[in-house]
Amino acid sequence: MLWETIRLALLSVRRNVLRSFLTLLGIVIGVAAVIAMITIGSGTTEKVKNDISKLGSNLLVVRAARPERGGSTSFTPRRLEERDLIGLRKGLTNAKAVSAASQSTVRVVYGAENIAAQVTGTDTDFFIARDWDVSSGRIFSESEVRSGAGVCILGETVRQQFFGAGDPDGMSVRVNKTSCKVIGVLQAKGTSGFGQDQDAVVMMPLGAFQRRIAGNRNIDAVYIAAQDGVATSAVQESIEGIMRDTRRLAPDADDNFEVRDMTQIADAMTSATTTMTGMLGAVAGVSLLVGGIGIMNIMLVSVTERTREIGIRLAIGAHEKHILIQFLVEATVLSLLGGLIGIAIGLALAGAASLTLSIPFAPSIPIILLAVGFSALIGMVFGFFPALRGARLDPIDALRHE
Amino acid sequence: MTEKPLITFDQVWKTYGEGEASVHALAGVDLSIRRGEFVAIMGPSGSGKSTAMNIIGCLDTPTSGRYGFLGVDAGRLDRNRRAVLRNLYVGFVFQGYNLLPRTTAAENVELPLIYRGAPASERHKLAAEALEQVGLLGRQGHTPAELSGGQQQRVAIARAIVTKPTLLVADEPTGNLDTARSHEIMELLTRLNQDLGLTVVMVTHEADIAAYAQRTIGFLDGHIASDQLNRKAA
Repeated sequence: MLWETIRLALLSVRRNVLRSFLTLLGIVIGVAAVIAMITIGSGTTEKVKNDISKLGSNLLVVRAARPERGGSTSFTPRRLEERDLIGLRKGLTNAKAVSAASQSTVRVVYGAENIAAQVTGTDTDFFIARDWDVSSGRIFSESEVRSGAGVCILGETVRQQFFGAGDPDGMSVRVNKTSCKVIGVLQAKGTSGFGQDQDAVVMMPLGAFQRRIAGNRNIDAVYIAAQDGVATSAVQESIEGIMRDTRRLAPDADDNFEVRDMTQIADAMTSATTTMTGMLGAVAGVSLLVGGIGIMNIMLVSVTERTREIGIRLAIGAHEKHILIQFLVEATVLSLLGGLIGIAIGLALAGAASLTLSIPFAPSIPIILLAVGFSALIGMVFGFFPALRGARLDPIDALRHE
Repeated sequence: MTEKPLITFDQVWKTYGEGEASVHALAGVDLSIRRGEFVAIMGPSGSGKSTAMNIIGCLDTPTSGRYGFLGVDAGRLDRNRRAVLRNLYVGFVFQGYNLLPRTTAAENVELPLIYRGAPASERHKLAAEALEQVGLLGRQGHTPAELSGGQQQRVAIARAIVTKPTLLVADEPTGNLDTARSHEIMELLTRLNQDLGLTVVMVTHEADIAAYAQRTIGFLDGHIASDQLNRKAA
């Protein structure tokens, strides 16, 4: 009986191809929009997550705080100094790596080639903290860091620019007019979420950077990696305590430094994109509602058009429920069909978007199943009233209907 | 015959509207029709003949009085129970054929069996038999648009008899047909009445069509004005 009804519904969809298609259009557009939005949205979320995890997981960054605009006049940020670093190295028990770094964008030259690279002066812990290793050669030795030797590690972009397919090991490049010997090449990281080439970099020991490039003994930032299994928030608390002790801050004084938890930033950005996805999905959902009203409209027309047919069916023994089911199934089949077409179109759109925007294609099975279920539900809900109207018809009146 | 009548009207009233504006379509009708009879109902429009036919076919219920069908007080049954009764015991033939458009003859004939929950194989078999009985074997795959008026009415008759009903209710079955076609349809109905013992109640306003019946009941202003056996059949 149900199978018969479904067959009948499909038959009636086929009989009015154009009208069925126009009816479906609302659902198709609605479902396609929802699927495309959510698939693209979750792709973006995934990309943001990846980008942030490229910076290194469990990473905390200590910097001199920027003065808050309009904040208390007593606030004075203080540059990070050797003392702060020593204090953190000694005091932190829940950190896996504590690394000082200073950066500057400088022109790097090799032969006739030159490139603007971000030059970072740092130490061996940096590679642990940032979860970054060399793909060839080696990182600095402890003695090179201590003495501030003129050695450097190239980022993949710099290597390619200067040496193409060749091996740069042992070659000399000029960084800001001083020469340094290449000892390794960093693993490629690709472009960051903010469109920055993370491989256009050169690493050198902090001492060498301070002496030869910066010309001062400043430290821009301290990168700290939390020990595995330790919450970054706990490490952040320890850091704040040690920094305040080292700097002898009075209990009521403001911090004159800032600690950033990259995990928190990652969470914040992820939740921002998730919220955005949800909102876009909701807006697209409104068009689904409109699609549902379209179905109701056409089902009412269909019931009126087929009043005589309903009369015949009632006369030869159909129950109210048979007529109700017939039109409900018809509406459901119609909207389900629209939903399936919509899912196909939505996924195609999301696929195209992921290619052009180079974000991951992240179709979500639960969302697709939800869309299928929801479009079926729309058919049932919006098909119910017209179907009931058909089922309640008086067979004598219905037979008389012209 | 000592057998109980198939159809009994016992002071049946059917009233439309209320108070001053009320109209009595049937005003205390008594009637009985035996199993196997072929009855023609005649009368001018507004005489109550259609109302009587709708009640006989279990499509409608009396306002008061008792309508007995197969010994059951059919006038007191609800919508769905009457639907079951129609499906099992009544076949309908209409003036306008009332076949489902763009649906094949076989599918049209199978329709009442679907509501009975019959399996597909049985439906196909019974539909083919019914179409053979009305002389349309080989036309199963044709849609109403591909059939003549007479053929469409034959499909409608096949649909009415496919459930092997006790009663066939025909509402001006020849109203849309020319004379030759009309007589063919009447001969078919007569044959079904005689061969299958099918009780036929037919509304018509043409005397030569009514002449095929054994008995003619004349309605006027909600009453039975005449009830006589036809000479030809008698």
